[in-house]
Amino acid sequence: MDLRTSGGPASAKEKEAVDSVISKLEKPSSVETNGKIAHVSHGIPFDNKGGQRDLLLPALHAIQERIGWISHGALDYLSLQLGVPPAETYGVASFYAMFSLEETPSTVIHACDDIACRAAKNADPAAFMNDKYGEPNSDLNGLMWIRSPCLGRCEEGSAALVQRAGEPHRRILLAPVDASSLADEMRKPSDQWTSTDSARVPQRGTDASALRLLKRVGVVDPLSIDSYRSHGGYEPLRRALDIGPENVIREIKDAKLMGRGGAAFPTAVKWESVARNSVRPHYFVCNADESEPGTFKDRVIMEQDPFSIVEGLTIAGFATGSEKGYIYIRGEYPLGEERISNAVSMAMKKGLLGRNIMGRGFDFDIEVRRGAGAYIAGEETALFNSIEGKRAEPRNKPPFPAQAGLFNKPTGVNNVETLINVLEILSIGGPDFAQIGTPDSTGTRLFCLSGSVNNPGLYEAPFGIKLGELLDMAGGITAGKALKTILLGGAAGSFVGPDQLDIRLSFEGVRAAGVTLGSGVIMVFDQDADMDQVILRIAQFFREESCGQCVPCRVGTQRLEELLTRIVNGTTMGSRNDELALLGKVSTVMRESSICGLGQTAANAVESAFKLGLAGG
Amino acid sequence: MNDGIAVAIRRSVKITLDGKEVAAPEGSSILQTCRSHGIDIPTLCYLENLTPVNTCRLCMVEVEGSRTLVPSCSRKIESGMVIRTDSQRVSDSRKMVLELLASSVDMSIVSPELGAWMERYQVDKERFGPLAAPSQIGDRGKTRAGHHHKNDGTIAATVAEPTRVDNNQYVRDYSRCVLCYRCVEACGTDAQNTFAIALGGRGFEAHITTEFDVALPESACVYCGNCVAVCPTNALMFKIEHDLRQVSKWDESKQTITRTICPYCGVGCNLEIHEQDNRIVKVTSPLDHDVTHGMLCVKGRFGFEFING
Ligand SMILES: Cc1cc2nc3c(=O)[nH]c(=O)nc-3n(C[C@H](O)[C@H](O)[C@H](O)COP(=O)(O)O)c2cc1C
Ligand code: SF4
Ligand code: FES
Repeated sequence: MDLRTSGGPASAKEKEAVDSVISKLEKPSSVETNGKIAHVSHGIPFDNKGGQRDLLLPALHAIQERIGWISHGALDYLSLQLGVPPAETYGVASFYAMFSLEETPSTVIHACDDIACRAAKNADPAAFMNDKYGEPNSDLNGLMWIRSPCLGRCEEGSAALVQRAGEPHRRILLAPVDASSLADEMRKPSDQWTSTDSARVPQRGTDASALRLLKRVGVVDPLSIDSYRSHGGYEPLRRALDIGPENVIREIKDAKLMGRGGAAFPTAVKWESVARNSVRPHYFVCNADESEPGTFKDRVIMEQDPFSIVEGLTIAGFATGSEKGYIYIRGEYPLGEERISNAVSMAMKKGLLGRNIMGRGFDFDIEVRRGAGAYIAGEETALFNSIEGKRAEPRNKPPFPAQAGLFNKPTGVNNVETLINVLEILSIGGPDFAQIGTPDSTGTRLFCLSGSVNNPGLYEAPFGIKLGELLDMAGGITAGKALKTILLGGAAGSFVGPDQLDIRLSFEGVRAAGVTLGSGVIMVFDQDADMDQVILRIAQFFREESCGQCVPCRVGTQRLEELLTRIVNGTTMGSRNDELALLGKVSTVMRESSICGLGQTAANAVESAFKLGLAGG
Repeated sequence: MNDGIAVAIRRSVKITLDGKEVAAPEGSSILQTCRSHGIDIPTLCYLENLTPVNTCRLCMVEVEGSRTLVPSCSRKIESGMVIRTDSQRVSDSRKMVLELLASSVDMSIVSPELGAWMERYQVDKERFGPLAAPSQIGDRGKTRAGHHHKNDGTIAATVAEPTRVDNNQYVRDYSRCVLCYRCVEACGTDAQNTFAIALGGRGFEAHITTEFDVALPESACVYCGNCVAVCPTNALMFKIEHDLRQVSKWDESKQTITRTICPYCGVGCNLEIHEQDNRIVKVTSPLDHDVTHGMLCVKGRFGFEFING
């Protein structure tokens, strides 16, 4: 196979960056990066059949981190090292928001410009960055700021991610920030920059005994496996190994556990079909790509109780006969990634991962992978593509992951919250777990409360709690304000009105109300919220996060944004009702004919806002 | 090319198609089944000799029990499936898909079938407002993923940009590109294994590109022209046709097609020589030819230029 490249040579630093990731690979024999043609004599195939294409994203990250952008020469060098055609590598790099394909200042500040942070009273990050530095995307003496979608720090109400390239390269997530605290941090030498390490779990102080999933948050030392074990850690895995894979699945089935990642699919069904598949190997993936605007629950677990995720994934791997697990963490969560990576290596050292776990003949490894700025990579099949070193375009289903998932092998995939429920189930037993919550929605649920409440933060409550009760737990609406609306389930969810506080937060309760729990988002807006801008921002979010593969979503999200802009600006084509009719047609084709959940749900929140009379005057 | 060889005896499966019970070989797609029963289903990204990518969403049908519509090109039939191809829901979806496309992409020169479908669904390309003017070549590819220039909503954003003429074999007019992925598949694993082009960017800015948008002569392109052969909307066009169209001299009614075997090597590829005014204006190969499946190499495709002189 000949690969032809078109750029100049890579610099020594660029080569070093690539080699740091793929040094273990046997190098093709006649690679030249400055010549036109290179013969890749080992014939490393382009897909994953024995090739190492899955190192593409890690290698792009390495270049981005050390150099600050990915030059043509660097891209060619990487392509030749992996035997991936340069056009394909370019296609992958240009898909992700965290990779820059033109020379970029070494420090880039991603200021959260999403609905929760925009509502921050005195510290809307994009607004203060604009005041202080002017327009985004321009070089300000080695620094650039850009607008970012939700950074998963909504409970603090103003977040920024700072990426600094070079030596040392840094990536930190700060919240809450304002212009001066950000400037203070940036004045420190960059090796002293640190991500904010805090978790708002208000129940910790008032009602700690109600916590099952969050019981260790703020209690254990997230860096210490001994601390984790002294708080009950690794007892569930021991029990799993005692009772064997079939009985673990039986417990999950008895518990009636449903996935917490949004689609509410029965976990046992998924596990069983992976376990029973005769094709080998099996993989298990933990979906920690949490990017749904308003969601921060998985981040809190990753940062404060990382071993629980590693243990949950290990049990999932055991029950499904998987050889290898992956944890795919969004690139905007540096502290979460650090802690998870630490947890994986500690577990490895203690014989809780790797060969012969707990001396019981079970082998399982976990690899941590980093996303690169793409909400769509959270869709499970897009996530597989991303791990495989491809554009995060969702695949057509069927086949489902349990039949042909990661590397086309039978694959289980679960959300972080789903996996930590497994620990609780193995601790108290499936039948007892099923007693919590409602008959059809068992267990507890994590709720991400943000916006105009007195005590925003991460809450845990049994399914079936009323929306109003949850607001009360969070101290009620901000003093002196009146409730206008609540966004339930995230940007892909819907708005509900102040008269709907009796909705029961269970799968059946929200279904009856025609809404969804999604990823557990409860974002509260008071009378002062500019709902026109909120729904326009939601439409822009989907417009910017669509992978672009299918027509209804690629063009539909663009038209939706245009249509809302007209309504908000009062420049409608025809009457307002004409516009609303057109909105209905566009949202119908998106819902009915898009490939994946992104396009199918992109118009939900917007439509619900119009139904409630919240938007467009 | 995923079908083809396996025509061994297949079990037959019973399904209900628009109210009628029919039997079809197991493993057939809904689309194949419909077409063999005389039901016309519009398609755009689908081509029988390429792996279905099911991205255009034009071929959607109703399948009982499915919450959403289903792409007929890639969904296989299953015993007992109840399929509707003629409901209001289906035709509303197809109309809207075509309108979304036509509002963003120049679909003025398309195949006769596609033209007929656009007529059938009464496609109004200005339904979302007047169309935006072309951007500069390369601009659409420069946006960082996840960022875009917001417009004021009164004009409909399009993918329009000037035609790229950077070699003597074929031109690329991405104003006409519907992102059917066919060219990428033909250049890649489905035929050519050259991988000169790929999808770049994402969302509305997704586009077909070489690495860093280099011109074709600098890219890995070997000018087999197979991408041009599979393009459904003339976004890729042979240079001769492009030049003749520029001076309004392209005239299919004056063209003759002669079938012959390619003289260059021993493989035996079938060629269709398109002639107009005593000049070879295009060389194609039949899709159903079992040697080529419509694909040729640079010699078969462009070797005639020696003859034209
Ligand atoms: C656009 C889109 C984004 C998604 N993002 C996430 C995500 O960030 N985390 C997640 O767990 N699931 C996400 N999902 C759902 C996954 O596809 C999948 O259903 C889930 O990971 C399965 O895990 P569960 O059964 O434990 O819920 C997303 C789905 C879509 C359509
Ligand atoms: S619905 Fe949107 S995000 Fe999903 S595949 Fe289609 S274009 Fe991509
Ligand atoms: S022809 Fe089926 S999706 Fe394009």
